[in-house]
Amino acid sequence: MIQFNKTTLSNGLTVLVHEDSSTPLATVNILYKVGARDEDPAKTGFAHLFEHLMFGGSVNIPDYDSPLQIAGGDNNAFTNNDITNYYLTLPAKNLETAFWLESDRMLSLAFSKKSLEVQRNVVIEEFKQRYFNQPYGDVWLLLRPLAYKVHPYQWATIGKEISHIEHATLDDVKSFFNRFYCPDNAIMVVAGDVKTDEVYRRAEAWFGEIKRTFEKRKPYPVEPAQTERRELSVERDVPYDSIYKAYHCCSRLDKEFYAVDLLTDILSRGKSSRLYHELVKKQKLFSEINAYATADFDRGLVVVEGKLVKGVVMKDAEKAIDAELAKVMEKTIDAEEMRKVKNKVESTMVFSEIDLSGRALNLAIAEYMGDADLVNTEIELYRQVTGEEIRKSAEEIFRDTNCSVLYYHAKK
Amino acid sequence: MIQSIDRAKAPAQEEFDHIKIQEVEKSALDNGIPVYSIRAGFQDVVKVEMLFMNRGFDASQPLVFSATNRMMSEGSKHHNAQELAEMIDGYGSFYETEESSDYCSLNLFTLNKHLESTLPVFREILMEPEFPENELSVFRQNNRQRLIVEGERVNAVARRKFHEVIFGASHPYGYFVKPVDYEKLQREPLMSYHRKNYSSTNCSIIVSGNVTAEVISLLNKFFGSGEWKGTQQKETVTDISSHLDKKHVVEKKGAVQSAIRIGKVLFNKTHPDYIGMTILNTALGGYFGSRLMNNIREDKGYTYGIGSAMVSMKEGGCFFISTEVGAEVTSKAVKEIYKEVELLRKKPLEGNELLMVKNFLTGSFLKGIDGAFHLADRWKGLMLYGLGYDYYYRYLETVRTIKAEELMILAQKYLDPGDFYEIIVGKK
Repeated sequence: MIQFNKTTLSNGLTVLVHEDSSTPLATVNILYKVGARDEDPAKTGFAHLFEHLMFGGSVNIPDYDSPLQIAGGDNNAFTNNDITNYYLTLPAKNLETAFWLESDRMLSLAFSKKSLEVQRNVVIEEFKQRYFNQPYGDVWLLLRPLAYKVHPYQWATIGKEISHIEHATLDDVKSFFNRFYCPDNAIMVVAGDVKTDEVYRRAEAWFGEIKRTFEKRKPYPVEPAQTERRELSVERDVPYDSIYKAYHCCSRLDKEFYAVDLLTDILSRGKSSRLYHELVKKQKLFSEINAYATADFDRGLVVVEGKLVKGVVMKDAEKAIDAELAKVMEKTIDAEEMRKVKNKVESTMVFSEIDLSGRALNLAIAEYMGDADLVNTEIELYRQVTGEEIRKSAEEIFRDTNCSVLYYHAKK
Repeated sequence: MIQSIDRAKAPAQEEFDHIKIQEVEKSALDNGIPVYSIRAGFQDVVKVEMLFMNRGFDASQPLVFSATNRMMSEGSKHHNAQELAEMIDGYGSFYETEESSDYCSLNLFTLNKHLESTLPVFREILMEPEFPENELSVFRQNNRQRLIVEGERVNAVARRKFHEVIFGASHPYGYFVKPVDYEKLQREPLMSYHRKNYSSTNCSIIVSGNVTAEVISLLNKFFGSGEWKGTQQKETVTDISSHLDKKHVVEKKGAVQSAIRIGKVLFNKTHPDYIGMTILNTALGGYFGSRLMNNIREDKGYTYGIGSAMVSMKEGGCFFISTEVGAEVTSKAVKEIYKEVELLRKKPLEGNELLMVKNFLTGSFLKGIDGAFHLADRWKGLMLYGLGYDYYYRYLETVRTIKAEELMILAQKYLDPGDFYEIIVGKK
């Protein structure tokens, strides 16, 4: 059970406090409700580039990291399709420093030209390191535009192509900041050895004067239902063939998500899971196999992906996957298997609560999903899922016309 | 009331309190296996780590220890791999193994309420593994493939090459695993390694989480009997034999980035200068505000990330700098790396920099002792070297008191670029 208190400042900033006096630390987690799905299709990769620029100095503070490090803290951030999340941990006694730093960069950035130039390069190197200089690194650059034709999930967080990052201007940076980095578009969680009323008071003092400026966003384009199977074959300089099958599914926010999540657990979570046991161990077709839901805020994907054992033919490998998917579509999951995946979800949740910053992030995401208390109540939603609901989900998702397949061939 | 704030000025920093580290409680099972326990946290979870020191490295069978450890859950006298996995997964528990050159460990993570049901399975994995031939063939095949994929990553190749060059190819820390090593894996050596090494006399247990008296008595019930003594193997120590050539380039066609790894053999935690060197290392490349990050990422934009590290192992250690940079700026980045090392040797840290390093390290230390699992890891970091908790108090005291001049002297003593090995994988 994660206890928390919640308030909203008059400028719309949501503030959550989780008190835990067993640690001398405090974590501040600020989630901005902006991600790659908010980008202009001609300027992709921007939300993530912007995340880098948030460390390039703010209106009153030339350097974000040094004062935090002097206060004994450290920090990081990540961007995905839906959110940009910033988090720091420091000794609780120095919490004031966190408020000073975070409120100043919510107030306004320094918008330094040098910072933009350097971070463009840094992000381009990140692009190369993660996507072009790794075996199988470009898979998601290929799979996204295959599965999505309309919705912005068609591009990766890093961006469609390097040129979009190269062409980012300071004006783009300013307008992105003004549009999305507003108190009424953010959720702040303060956790650790802190007191709620003290946090509220400091939040009001440091963040209260920042103007409420968020303009309601237009609805995101809706991805039309897929009506026929899509295929893409590529050849790359990698040692082994691999296959990626992506199916449209519901959003993280939908009630059906819990059944979908358990469905992918049944398929590939742990060594006793179906795909691992049948396709890796018994049939020896894959050296690795995995199934997972992307858990996006708009309609997401269920992906089944595997690396083929040398000598196995792509079509045979795919047939074997399809046969396993057919089983889960045809037959209700029995009680024993349901007990297993539900036990796993329960223990995963408990283990994820051990870390203070993990608890803070979970609270922020749950709040964005609509209710911070989901961190405590979601387990019940998982428990209620029936074996038949999972079968129905599988039937709904694993239709051939709902599938985009990427055949990733090793160069001969 | 709204308190007044001054955005132009950093809020005053509080002094760090005296840091008190929660120590392990030591006990022993009936058969003498030492048990180190940390009871902390609110969650009803427990982690049981069973540790076995590796002994007798043989370069003709380099994978024996890691393959034995990883294969133990792949079938026992009574259950096949699938059944064992079902029994663990069925309770929502997690079973993981860890392999390093010095030791191997088996880890069980479970909710307290399922400990009693999962321990018998854990015991079976530990004491009665069969290493079935069919599972071994899958293991050979899939790990060989994984290794070959790994060989496509410039960073991974640089890391392995670096260890080979500084420790020597026949040293357990330097051995560069090849695909053929997986092909050669046979059942009998695994069986025999298991018989010899996985004995109660070579075992330590670290248990953390909600470690109640019941947890300890369950451990005693399943692991405390005298029947698995085994025969103690003699420890062999291989001499380090570094390569004669300092510079090594591995070309990779089509690489858009090069991996750079620069460094040398150094000492481990038991050396009196180790703590000072970790502080110096932090200034150079051990945190976001480091010299290397500031110069090579934040000023030049050559890389997504660069860092340096002090690595401590049982029989020695090393120091290295590593990064992946745009292929076209490889030599420029190398030059800047050496420049930063030279600077540390010529001039003491100035202004706020030392304070920043010190406070960052103290803050990180606090994070590193937050929660039962972290505390268990801190103990492991002492136990392997025969050190006690005074090591950490010495560490904190050194961080608090060390002077910029002392760090410069350490740099002069240990970070002579003339001693460095340099590995570049990608394009020179």
